[in-house]
Amino acid sequence: MSYIIQGDTGDWEVIVGLEVHAQVSSQAKLFSGSPTAFGAGPNSQVSLIDAAMPGMLPVINGYCIEQAVKTGLGLNAKINKTSVFERKNYFYADLPQGYQISQYLHPVVGEGIVTVDLADGTTRDIGVERLHMEQDAGKSMHDQDPKRSFIDLNRAGVCLMEIVTKPDIRSPEEAGAFVRKLRSILRYLGTCDGNMEQGSMRADVNVSVRKVGEEGYRTRAEIKNVNSVRFIMQAIEIEAERQVDIHESGGEIVQETRLMDPVKGETRSMRAKEFAHDYRYFPDPDLLPLELTDAFIEGLRKTLPELPDAKKQRFMDDMGLSAKDASALVADRESAEYFEAVAAASDPKKAANWVTNDLFGALNKAGLAIADSPISAAHLSKLLGLMDDGTISGKIAKDVFEIMWETSGDPEQIVEDKGLKQITDTGAIEAAVDAAIASNPEQADEIRQGNDKAIGWFVGQIMKATQGKANPQQVNQLLREKLKG
Amino acid sequence: MSKLNELTIAQAADGLDKGEFSAVDLAEASLAAAEAAKGLNAFITLTPEVARDRAAASDARRAKNGALGPLDGVPVAVKDLFCTEGVPTTAASHILDGFTPTYESTVGRNLIDAGAVMIGKTNLDEFAMGSSNMTSYYGPVKNPWTGPGGEDLVPGGSSGGSATAVAARICAGSLGTDTGGSIRQPASLCGIVGMKPTYGRCSRWGIVAFASSLDQAGPFARTVEDAAILLGAMAGHDPKDSTSAPHDVPDFRAAVQGGVKGLKVGIPREYTMDGMPAEIQTLWDRGADWLKSQGAEIKEVSLPHTKYALPAYYIVAPAEASSNLARYDGVRYGLRVDGDTLDDMYANTRGEGFGAEVRRRVLIGTYVLSAGYYDAYYVKAQKVRTRILEDFTKAFDDVDVLLTPTAPNAAFAIGAKMDDPIAMYLNDVFTVPANLAGLPGISVPAGLDKDGLPLGLQLVGRPFDEETVLRAAQAIEDAAGFDALPKYLGGQG
Repeated sequence: MSYIIQGDTGDWEVIVGLEVHAQVSSQAKLFSGSPTAFGAGPNSQVSLIDAAMPGMLPVINGYCIEQAVKTGLGLNAKINKTSVFERKNYFYADLPQGYQISQYLHPVVGEGIVTVDLADGTTRDIGVERLHMEQDAGKSMHDQDPKRSFIDLNRAGVCLMEIVTKPDIRSPEEAGAFVRKLRSILRYLGTCDGNMEQGSMRADVNVSVRKVGEEGYRTRAEIKNVNSVRFIMQAIEIEAERQVDIHESGGEIVQETRLMDPVKGETRSMRAKEFAHDYRYFPDPDLLPLELTDAFIEGLRKTLPELPDAKKQRFMDDMGLSAKDASALVADRESAEYFEAVAAASDPKKAANWVTNDLFGALNKAGLAIADSPISAAHLSKLLGLMDDGTISGKIAKDVFEIMWETSGDPEQIVEDKGLKQITDTGAIEAAVDAAIASNPEQADEIRQGNDKAIGWFVGQIMKATQGKANPQQVNQLLREKLKG
Repeated sequence: MSKLNELTIAQAADGLDKGEFSAVDLAEASLAAAEAAKGLNAFITLTPEVARDRAAASDARRAKNGALGPLDGVPVAVKDLFCTEGVPTTAASHILDGFTPTYESTVGRNLIDAGAVMIGKTNLDEFAMGSSNMTSYYGPVKNPWTGPGGEDLVPGGSSGGSATAVAARICAGSLGTDTGGSIRQPASLCGIVGMKPTYGRCSRWGIVAFASSLDQAGPFARTVEDAAILLGAMAGHDPKDSTSAPHDVPDFRAAVQGGVKGLKVGIPREYTMDGMPAEIQTLWDRGADWLKSQGAEIKEVSLPHTKYALPAYYIVAPAEASSNLARYDGVRYGLRVDGDTLDDMYANTRGEGFGAEVRRRVLIGTYVLSAGYYDAYYVKAQKVRTRILEDFTKAFDDVDVLLTPTAPNAAFAIGAKMDDPIAMYLNDVFTVPANLAGLPGISVPAGLDKDGLPLGLQLVGRPFDEETVLRAAQAIEDAAGFDALPKYLGGQG
């Protein structure tokens, strides 16, 4: 399913690499003890170190290292036992030190692989080039005062992981799938909350195009700071079109940094001054090289949860789920846990149907996350149990589900209160069948003459008469016995 | 008895113990001496209130529970590169105008915890960049020693004020920092003892950074024993400094009296420099003889990469400095000179806030880290640094300590060498290698040159073996019997 842009001179493909910045979930910043909570008042989470007061020194937060290594393990990546923090030097008002402490030549995590699931059910492996740790900068606010800019240093020093892919992505869809999968893995690991709307994850998108069949890469442009999956996909589409137009009109792509304008639906070049830096990287002399032992790494490996790929495989192999259902269920950790709780006491395939169709459908419609579902996993499991033991029919179950959604009620209670128990008493059903035959002699005759289609009509009548509580299979069987037997 | 401000730390501690005088008496004597010696410009800020409060607290403590140790109640001066809680800290730079830290450096805190009484913040080369104390925004410091024609001389640098304060008998001890010789060279030029301990021995937390991989705090005193007492109080592991060594602090004072019998002393042949005054060579030879006569074994050793040390230093130190000084941008503290844009504000603030030597080094540092030059300069310099460390490591297979001159000249006239940065930088030629290798070094006054100016000898030891360095230094001190006095003495200027 390749993504092709048809130009005047032929077909073009798009080459994309992503640099995803993910904020490490941690109570404290990377090199100071300051808290990291989102939404605190301006400059309320700033230590002497974050404000770069004279003589202050960074001390590494060991928990952030653990989080980065765990992430590396979750990305099937090589963990580098020696890595080095370097200074990336540039001046900006929200960068108090005048440099960002980052990793450059020697990142903590090397090459890895993320397998992404595409809409057509296929998967693709996207290579990870590296993961490194760095400090975030503060925030400049230019809209608070006509003449002055204000600085909030709460974010200054917060630990970020920058995850860089290889130029393996070939379509907006793959880029979106990669970011979603990465976010899912990070959330499973608990190393980043993945909340793009709060800025916990954002991406720089490197885009170039080339003629189908062409070797090598053409000049790329980088679209900075894109903060949603939708915008990432949109940015690639827009930028690829722009580049194809330029190539086809005989122009040259400039290697530059661009910004995405989702309102205008275009990318625009940042002023050269905004990015024309010589960062003068050099190893930070305040910090020793980071040395990790095998015992440290293996200890962390043991704490890893089952990750989405492994879970998906298990759902398919052990529970017989389809790839599609399994993918949908493992996409986030809460959904998978919910499903497993439901499936524990009933048929997994049936459980998967109910969770992916009924529950996800209702959640999507209401715009709710699974954590906010009005129906608990225990209740949904009970509902399936009521179907399994014949207490209610599948059709009644849908009605009970609706009531559960509205009231968060216990399905047993709902069935009891509303008198929805299936009629399994053969005598009562037989009476209803006899009554139906007696009041519809013409239709009964049709069946006797071999028109089986009318059986369905009879079942419907009888179900209506019993308010759906009769067991449709029993009704069907009795009708056949009485009219065809 | 000497005037109180002329006592050594050990003598002051002894007198306090015997009740001959109080800490307040000592503080008053030092403050009066500082006031009288104002013409030397050794202090940027005098802190009489702090001194009197701490002295009174020391006396009260002593009366109630006894003294904390030999520094309890002893006046000391602090280089104005150490951040001091509630006391302005300038780094001798215009750019830190109005900056008063809310925190105390770890070394400063250690001294407070030992009961020491700070009398003031001493002058220095701006951001510790200099070998003459001429680059201070607050003006040059005068060496208490004067030239043969009575002319004013530099005290050396960058810790010129701390060296002068001790040499002029304003106080018995002071704090300095040494990035390329900034303690040892002024100690040599002022005729006192100055020690740079092993990198990592003293915490750098709260000391305004110049070159992080080289900076190390250390003491000035008039005797080796006093230096050992001060160092013992300053040193110790600090979890707030990732480069601070997790080692226990030995009893340095006890080590001083260990003697040099059987000690192997290396004489590095590469430290014989063309154009070095003959009297320095003579003094060096004499130093070796002194140690030999006390039972040490003298061996010639080779440190073949010595000649690359100074060039490597003048790449590494400015590179780190250019980055360390980026935080002085006018945004959060210190001087701000407004401009139409943020970049203009930076340019105006840093252009006015930094003096010529600081600007020179920031430019050199920025240059050597730039794309296209990084490998040729910075990476190469780091390789040289590794070679220099290897030279020392090899030498220390054969010997226990090295003996060298501290500086290639005695104190020079104020204003000399100012038009020739290279000539100025050469002052650090013997001291820089110990910084590059992180080794402990000390300068001990050993004699006078033909103009009657003091000259020091340097001892350099293995990492974290300050004890051997101190033992050898004590042996030099014993043999030299250095008792010459500068022209200016506290209160007698």
